[in-house]
Amino acid sequence: MKILYFAWLRTTIGCTEEEITLPDNVTCVKEVLNHLRSKGGVYEQALGEDKVIRVALNQDYVQDDAPVSNNDEFAIFPPVTGG
Amino acid sequence: MIRVQAENFDVGAEINALSHGNTAIGGICSFVGLVRDFQHTKEDETRVSAMTLEHYPGMTEKKLEEIEAIARDRWPLEDVLIIHRYGRMEPGENIVLVVTASAHRKAAFESAEFLMDFLKTKAPFWKLEEDDNGAGNWVDAREADEDAASKWNR
Repeated sequence: MKILYFAWLRTTIGCTEEEITLPDNVTCVKEVLNHLRSKGGVYEQALGEDKVIRVALNQDYVQDDAPVSNNDEFAIFPPVTGG
Repeated sequence: MIRVQAENFDVGAEINALSHGNTAIGGICSFVGLVRDFQHTKEDETRVSAMTLEHYPGMTEKKLEEIEAIARDRWPLEDVLIIHRYGRMEPGENIVLVVTASAHRKAAFESAEFLMDFLKTKAPFWKLEEDDNGAGNWVDAREADEDAASKWNR
């Protein structure tokens, strides 16, 4: 799965995008976030429960329970502030 | 039509190009968003010296196209133009342009406001403000923007 980070998530984690292989027990958005969080360090810091983040799956907003697969593009970013 | 670009735009030229040759248009409404030099109020001590707009290429275009389609479905519009810039900009520079054209003014006014309200809460852009000392601060999303967007769902 391709993971993209934007804004302060990109600067905190220190990476624009990365490729990960999902473990078999990771099947929805919430589980991907938990999986990343479990890597600790900057991931735990950026994805902490106190942080307000949004997830887009294949460029559409999704809820925590949306199903995921290794072919998906998974983007994590703060609430948007354009305009 | 939507455009996502780094370069500036000429508001007058864009409006003229949009209305040229379409005599069914009776009214055009436009909104131009600019970089201002303070965060929330003029009394703020910290001045904003520049701003960098980051975006999500691909998703940005997709969301802007979806928002345009909703507006066209909801109001009788002759034409729609949304231009949003990304990259570094200084106070006074254009950030965003929304133009709506219709036979009558009400549809043009309402749809332009709708497009801005939806764009501000759906299009994946993030502002990084630079202060006088060159320090960068990511701008927080405002609840007022969510409220403004949700009123269109009523």
